Parts: sequence; C-alpha cells; structure tokens
Amino acid sequence: MQFLLDNFWDLSVTGLTQGAIYALIALGYTLVYGVLRLINFAHSEVFVTGTFASIFVLHAFGLGSDDPVPSAGMVVLYIAAAAVGAMVASAATALVVERVAYRPLRRRNAPPLVFLISAIGASFAISEAFGVLVDRNNVRVPNLIEPQTQFHLFGASVNNRQLLIVAAAIVMMLCLDQFIRRTRLGRGIRAVSQDPDSAALMGVNKDRVIALTFILGGLMAGGAAVLYDLQFGVTRFNAGFVLGIKAFTAAVLGGIGNLRGALLGGLLLGLMENYGSAIIGSEWRDVVAFVFLIVVLMFRPTGILGESLGKARA
Amino acid sequence: MLLEISDLVVAYGRIQALHGISLTVSEGEVVTLIGANGAGKSTTMRAISGLRPVSRGSIRFDGQDLTHVRADLRVVRGISQAPEGRGIFPGMTVMENLEMGTYARRDRGNFRADLDRVFGLFPRLQERRTQVAGTMSGGEQQMLTIGRALMARPRLLLLDEPSMGLAPKLIQQIFSIIREINTQGTTVLLVEQNAQQALSVADRAYILETGSIVKEGTGRELLGDPAIKEAYLGVA
Ligand SMILES: Nc1ncnc2c1ncn2[C@@H]1O[C@H](COP(=O)(O)OP(=O)(O)OP(=O)(O)O)[C@@H](O)[C@H]1O
Ligand SMILES: [Mg+2]
Repeated sequence: MQFLLDNFWDLSVTGLTQGAIYALIALGYTLVYGVLRLINFAHSEVFVTGTFASIFVLHAFGLGSDDPVPSAGMVVLYIAAAAVGAMVASAATALVVERVAYRPLRRRNAPPLVFLISAIGASFAISEAFGVLVDRNNVRVPNLIEPQTQFHLFGASVNNRQLLIVAAAIVMMLCLDQFIRRTRLGRGIRAVSQDPDSAALMGVNKDRVIALTFILGGLMAGGAAVLYDLQFGVTRFNAGFVLGIKAFTAAVLGGIGNLRGALLGGLLLGLMENYGSAIIGSEWRDVVAFVFLIVVLMFRPTGILGESLGKARA
Repeated sequence: MLLEISDLVVAYGRIQALHGISLTVSEGEVVTLIGANGAGKSTTMRAISGLRPVSRGSIRFDGQDLTHVRADLRVVRGISQAPEGRGIFPGMTVMENLEMGTYARRDRGNFRADLDRVFGLFPRLQERRTQVAGTMSGGEQQMLTIGRALMARPRLLLLDEPSMGLAPKLIQQIFSIIREINTQGTTVLLVEQNAQQALSVADRAYILETGSIVKEGTGRELLGDPAIKEAYLGVA
C-alpha cells in the first residue's frame, strides 16, 4: 500500500500509457459491435498484424534489432513509415476478415453462435500463420526511442516515449471522433448502429458501412500496434491473445458500442492494473484487470457509460 | 404506372405472409392499403423498400424492375418510407435525423428549401431541432419519421400507419398533412388501421386480408361498401 502511495503518479503515468493502447484497440471491438452486434474476436490478430507489419517496414529500411537509435530526424521518418505500414496492414486484415469470415454468414442469415465460431477460427488462423511463417518466439523491434525524462508531473517523471504514445492515441481518437460525427459516411455508421432497417430506408448501404467500420477499427489497431512495438520492443505471434481480451474488457467496461466508453474503459483498465499490481504484486496484473471488470459489471451491467449505442455516441 | 406489384409472395421462413398480391399506384395518387393486424400490410411496405426479400412475383417502379435491387438503391430511385413504429435514430438530434433523410441524394443544394417545407408541415420539429430524438414524445417521433422521409424528396412516399398512437386531434392533422404532401406533388402509398380517415384521403384503396387482396376500389366506393363498413369502420 505504501508503495502505491509513494509511486501513485508514476503508476498513473504508466497506467495511462498502457490504457491508451488498450483504448485504441477497444475502439475496434466497439465499432464493429455497434453495427453488427458481434464481437470480432479476430480483432486481436488485426492488431498483431500491425505489430509485425511495422517491424517489416523497419527491416525494409535496413534497421536491425541491435542497431543503435538513429538520429532524431530519421526516427520521425521511420516511425511515420512504420505507422503507415501497420495501419494499412491492419485495416486490410480487418477487411479480409469481414469478407471471408463474416459476410458469407451474413448473407445466409447464420445464427450468432456461428459468427462466434468463425471469429475464433479467424483469430487462430491469423495468429498461427504468423507463428508458422515468421517466428514462434519473440520478434524484436529495432530501437527507435531511448526513453528520456521530459518533465515531472506531480513528482512523476514523464518520458518521451510515454508522451508520444499518449499524444498519438489522442490524435487518432480525435480524428475518428470527427470522422464519425462530421462526415456523411460517419453518419451512415451511426445510423446503422442505431437502427439498421431505418438506415437502409435512408439509402445507407449497409455492407459498405460494415466494411468501413472494420477498416476504421483496423486503422486504430494498426496505430496501437506501432505504439505497442515502441513501448515493449518485442512482439509475438500470440501477443494479441491477452491484449485482445484486455481491450475487449476495456470496451465492455466502458459500455460496448460506445466510442467514449472504449476510451474511458481503456484508460481505467490501464490505471487499475498498475495500481492493483503495485499493491499485491505485478504477477497479479491480469487478475486485477478482470476482477475489476467483474466488480464494475456487477454494479453497472451495461458498462460505465451504458450500452446506449446511439445516445452517448451522438 | 409509377409502382406496379404483381403476384408478390413474401415469406418469413416457412410462413407465407403475402400470397401473391398485385397492386398499382399511379403518379400523383394517394393509394391506401387497409387490413386487420397481421394482414401483411407492413410486409408489403418492407418488400417495396427492399427490406424483405421476395420469393415470387415482381415489383416495378417507373417502368424498371426493382424486385432484386438493394434497399439503399431504391431510395436513390425515389422510394422513401416512414416505417411503422417510427424507426427514428434515437441517438441523433432532430436535425441529424432530418439530414439522414438526404443521405441518398446527389443534389444537396435544396437542403434549406426541403427543411423549410418539413418545418412548415411540422412546426414542432423546428422548435425541437436540437433535441435528441430518442427523448421526444411518441407523436413527435412520428412527425420526425414522416419529415425525415420527405427530406429524401421521394417520388413515392410510403407511410406505414402514420397515425398510430396519436391523439385524435393529431390524427386529423396528420391526414391533412398527407393531403398537403400529395398536393405538393408526391405520390403516396398509405397503410392504415384508421380506415375511415384513410379512405377519405385516398384516391383508391386495397383491402388486404391474411396476405391476399380481397377488394379494391376508389376511396369513396369502399367508404360506402356495407361489408367494409362492418369489418373496418366499426359500423354495424
Ligand atoms: N419477422 C417476422 N417473422 C415471422 N413472421 C412475421 C415477421 N414479421 C411479420 N410476420 C408475420 O407476417 C404476417 C404479416 O405481418 P405484417 O407485419 O405485415 O402485418 P400488418 O398488416 O402490418 O399488421 P399490423 O397492422 O399489426 O401492423 C403476420 O402474421 C406476422 O405474424
Ligand atoms: Mg404493420
């Protein structure tokens, strides 16, 4: 307990950094749930694809895992390139999953359980493909950032990597929010989540909207993937498993179907994990996360911001 | 002929809801479809809008076959529906709901004029522009559904029980608005329980009984028909 109090702000900074990554991934679960009422369990592999894609991009630039950190200007370039690569790869994977695993079932009006099996199947297939084709062990990410304390906040030191992760996550979420509120296609997404039949009666092409939500979720997961690579320095074919479940937890915690809920759920989960493991030991991190989820759901079964798809989304 | 339905069969699983109905709507008409609960009125409307697949028969609009055209493309062709039970977007404001009405339109130049027209018909919507639609009263939501359908500037407006759940005074108002919409140049296909009112406003009418059309005629003819009086007008 004393450790928690002494390090409260440090733990908060780490928690928020971790939570920002959860939140970005959680958005993908929540977006797809909004339009399809389906948990896309393959979303964790959409994320994993991004973590590998950004490493491939860096390798293509000739960066090795043991190379020293490049000059600042080059780092910006490399990160930007890795981000583009990861986002494109993740979005493409998400789109393929929707086409191959879900759309044919939708055409045949399959029951929800069949979608679930298809989702789990796609998840394993993609994960194993990375395991077989790339590596079954940890794959290291070339060094791009040497963490350096930038400033102190309530006594907690904030480093450049944490700043980058939180800032990038905020920018991406703002872009998504603006897209969904301001653009015609964004309105189409909201319409389909609130009332699919009425959306069709307004001339919204449901299949296109569904594809778009998978793409948007993929872009967010790709962004999260780069940040994850920078933060942890390694990825693995099954890295999506626990992280995906945590992000899904974050989405449920905030209120699935609700974009702001995903943000709130992600940040809270990151914080709780860090506080919890400070109190009872870091090996309990995952237990703390899920106990927290269960306790919250006991009191608010629809998550913190409620399921209210449209309402809080408006 | 603007809308031409022939021998339409629609089924929910193994249960047939429509057993081969045929009906037509000409440009400029108000046509009403009357029938008891479960007769298949909404099913007909959903089939016309493309929300329900058709197992036999055809739907033609403005001379073109629509039977297998996607729902969203039918809106582009000029068919707009205010569905039964409102179907507003509860999380959007009144304004956003009305904007959704123009989603399929290529020309967004006339947005202002259309909005003024809808606000002219339903001043209440103008007062409630920024209210979240899900928090409006049932009657207000009904107005919004109709207004939203009008924002698409349809050639054919499908109204599925627009008077459902409204106070008597508001029902009067809705029917006079339907007449006004028609006078402004929109063809209307109207589904109603409120047979008296619907027959008065309609040029022609069809009576639907358990999935089959059993009678058709002008509104006036059917208003005077003793069998109709007994079954639908509550007059013995
Ligand atoms: N989704 C559905 N699944 C199975 N059967 C359905 C479904 N929707 C309608 N039906 C059945 O089809 C028949 C016609 O229903 P429909 O909704 O078209 O009736 P309606 O004339 O609009 O009735 P109401 O006046 O009550 O609105 C009914 O017997 C109904 O039970
Ligand atoms: Mg009905």
